[in-house]
Parts: sequence; C-alpha cells; structure tokens
Amino acid sequence: MTWVNAVVQGILLGGLYALVAAGLSLMFGVMRIVNLAHGVLAIGAAYLALEVADRLGWHPFLSLLVVVPVMAAVGYVLQRGLLDRALRGGELAPLLVTFGLAIVLQNLLLEQFSADAQRLDVGSLGTASIRVTDGLSIGWFPLLSAVVGLLVVAGLGQFLARTRTGRAMRATSDDQEAARLMGIDNRRLYAIATAIALGTVAVAGVFLGSRTTFDPGAGATTLIFAFEAVVIGGLGSLWGTLAGGVVLGVAQTVGAAIDPAYGILAGHLVFLVVLAVRPRGLLPAAVAR
Amino acid sequence: MSTPLLEVDDVTVAYGDLPALRGLSVRVAEGETLAVIGANGAGKSTLLKTIAGLLRPQRGDVRLDGTSLDGVPAHVRVARGIAMSPEGRRLFPSLTVEDNLRVGGHARRPGPWDLARVYDLFPLVSERRARPAANLSGGEQQAVAIGRALMANPRLLLLDEVSLGLAPVVVAQLYAALPRITEQGTTVLVVEQDVNQALAVASRVQCLLEGRTVLEAAAADVDHAQLAAAYFGVEAR
Repeated sequence: MTWVNAVVQGILLGGLYALVAAGLSLMFGVMRIVNLAHGVLAIGAAYLALEVADRLGWHPFLSLLVVVPVMAAVGYVLQRGLLDRALRGGELAPLLVTFGLAIVLQNLLLEQFSADAQRLDVGSLGTASIRVTDGLSIGWFPLLSAVVGLLVVAGLGQFLARTRTGRAMRATSDDQEAARLMGIDNRRLYAIATAIALGTVAVAGVFLGSRTTFDPGAGATTLIFAFEAVVIGGLGSLWGTLAGGVVLGVAQTVGAAIDPAYGILAGHLVFLVVLAVRPRGLLPAAVAR
Repeated sequence: MSTPLLEVDDVTVAYGDLPALRGLSVRVAEGETLAVIGANGAGKSTLLKTIAGLLRPQRGDVRLDGTSLDGVPAHVRVARGIAMSPEGRRLFPSLTVEDNLRVGGHARRPGPWDLARVYDLFPLVSERRARPAANLSGGEQQAVAIGRALMANPRLLLLDEVSLGLAPVVVAQLYAALPRITEQGTTVLVVEQDVNQALAVASRVQCLLEGRTVLEAAAADVDHAQLAAAYFGVEAR
C-alpha cells in the first residue's frame, strides 16, 4: 500500500509541478525565452498574496482575484519594456536578462520581507483529506492543486488550438517573419503570451505558498522543478509539461518512500535519465524546429 | 494619369555595403498584373520584401495609393491591403493547412476571399485541409501559400517565385488560378525567373538587372531577343 500511496501522491504533486511549469513552457514555446526569473516571480506572487491576505483578511485563494491580474500586467510590461529588447540581442540575451532579473527580484523580496519563512494559511483545507482505504488517503489540497494544474494546462492548450490569438502564437513560434507578413504584430502577441504566463505563475505561486513555507530564496528550487518538468515532457509541448510534471512528482514521492532523504534526488536522477535516453523529452512538439 | 496603386520611387536598399536595389522605380496601376523578372541576384525578392515592409529603404519611398509607407511596419501594411506569398512558401509547418489559411486572414480585412472561396480556387488544398503543412508536396505548399495571402483580402498581392523548385505542369496549374484572382479586382505583382510563365500572366513586364530596370514593356509586345539581352545583361545583337 505504501507504493500505491506514493504513486498517487506523486501524481497529485505532478499536477502542481505542471501548474508551476505551464508558464515556463508557454514562454519557451511562443518566444523561445527560457525565463530564469520564473521561480522568483512565483515566489513574488506568493508574497503578494500574503500581503493581500494580511491586509484585507482575504483567503489566499480569494487573493488570486488581485494577484493574477497584477502579475499579468507585470508580464505585459516586462515583455514590452525589457524582454523585447533582449530578444533583439540574440539568443543569449534573454537568458542573461532573466537571470539578472531573478537576482534583482530575490534581493528586493529579501529587502522587503526578510529571510523569514512565510506561509499562506488556507485554513482546514490544508489538512483535510479523503480516506480511500487504510494507508491511502488523498488530501483535499493536493487534489485541488492537481486539478487546477490540469485545468490550466488544458485551458492553455485550448487557447492555443482554438482561438485567433492562440493560432497567431503558434504561427509566430514557427516563423516570426512569415507571421508578420500575415498581419500579426508579434511584439503585441509576445506581451500577451508573457501576461498569460505570469497569470499562471500567480496561481502557481499561491498554491506553492499554501503547500509549504517559502522564503525569498525558494525561487531557485521552484525554477529547477519547473524546468525539469518542461524538459522531461519535451520543450514547447504543454501536454508534455503535464506528463513531465507527473513523472517528476512520482519520482520524488516514490524516492521518498524508499528513504525520505532520496525524494528530491530521485527526481533529479529521473530528469537526467530522460535527458540521456530521450533528449527531446517524452512528448516533444510534433514538428522539429 | 491617376495615382497608381503602388509606387516604388527611386528606392535604394542595401545589405550592409552591398546594394541590392539601386534607385529602382516601379509603378503598378490598380487592377494591373505586373511581372518583375530577372536573373538571380537582380533584386526581385528584395523589391517585394521592401514593399511588404520587411526591409527598409536607405533612400526613396514606397507609396500605396499615394500614401507613403515609410515607417509603417509589415503587419500594418497587411491591414492596409498588401499581402505576400513569400519566396520558399514559408508555411507554418506545425499548423494544419486550414490553420495556415486562417492565420492568413488574421488581419480580418473584409473582401471576397474566405476559406470556402480559397478551397474552391484550389480543390487540392481543400482535400489536405486537416494535414500539417509540413507534410505537403511543393506544389500543394505553394497553393496554400497563395491561398493564405488571399485570405488577407489584399488590394495588392505580391507573389514571389511561384515556380521555384516546381515541375512545369504544376507551375502551369498554379498560374491558371491567377485570372480568377485578378477578376476580383486584385492588383498583382509577380516576381519570376520563369520568363515565359511571367509573360503569359502579366499585362506588363519589367526586367531587372543588378538592382536597376533594364527593360519595361507591355507583355504583348515584348521582343524576345531584346528581353534575353536585358535579362542576362548583354548588348542586344
């Protein structure tokens, strides 16, 4: 039963990782930007939710009504003001710019909120669970975060597949110059993509901050898990990111079931194995670019 | 004479220090089909890219309907009625044929062309609508590329090297669709290496050599010896 339990918990954890990684996957898929500030931005969103919850006395989930639009606006401005310029400077520039941004943001958070660990309080939801059988119970919070992760990935997938803007994003991702010849303003489109990505980052940050404690340095681990989920799943593929998140989650919980110290390590090992055996990931984007 | 739809006025475009267009002027009247021909490196594709807004002239001006397009980005030019089927087709490989066409209609310009009309023009494209564009033959890809440009309902359609890498019979099929496009009142500027094909569809032809016009004539009364001389840059007879 321990193993079944470990796998079930791993799948749920994987849903959360997919939620965290979705924005990273979207930004890479549309703009080929590896956003190294992704993790810190998620933690920043968690701090923002903390402020809203403290000052207005709102539940962390209710704070999403403020945090998501604010982060989306941050994304729009970030793309137009900073990343667009970086994109003109070649492939390496966005990497360096987001790396620098991550350091600046982390230190701003440290300055503002100190290094003390914080946590978003979701009340009884944090501990309540459904008991399936002896030795297997499913927590409401992990279940909710997995469902939200699934919905975000599915929602983004539908958006890209069915809407005019989503189609334009796929076209721009294939061939930016040809897309401009179709009347697509790629810079506006990029700003929308980053806004959506940071909107999902906001949701991810609130769930991360409600699950365990966080501090300004937590962005680094967040980024690594998100990055591993994206790479395991296959770059540029959203459903691959969901699969990658689940693989990473299961590896971590099964590893931890063997020995609690091995959880994170097992995740990294599976990541390395996938990278060695299937470097393009489990579900790579259909067309090689 | 009324204002031509397109005026390329004394335009110079250079890649670095290497000029591709040297003070070139081109005028296309509304409803006309102009063929620009010339050998490799004559500046034909550069001309189309400049009109479409992908390249910026160092000197001179491009005007649509008398209005300067200086500083107008490519995507806005589409909204104003300039659509291009680029050299090498440049379809979006991961998108289906139908999505490629829909992207062509991104600007939502009103006009005669929609999915149904494009499928009617190219029945073969219709059969392939659900396939990824990457899995089409060259001729099918070219048909999609033309259809995609039509979806923008252009006043001015730019066709770059339709015949490139295609069998003559396929090229003839593609050009057979051109009268059905021009009968909608669309002005067409076609760039071709295939001189006979260009002469067959165009009302006027302009031959470029090293970024300059060396011959300009109505397609009906082109002297072939003269044209060959202009094309290759040798003295006629």
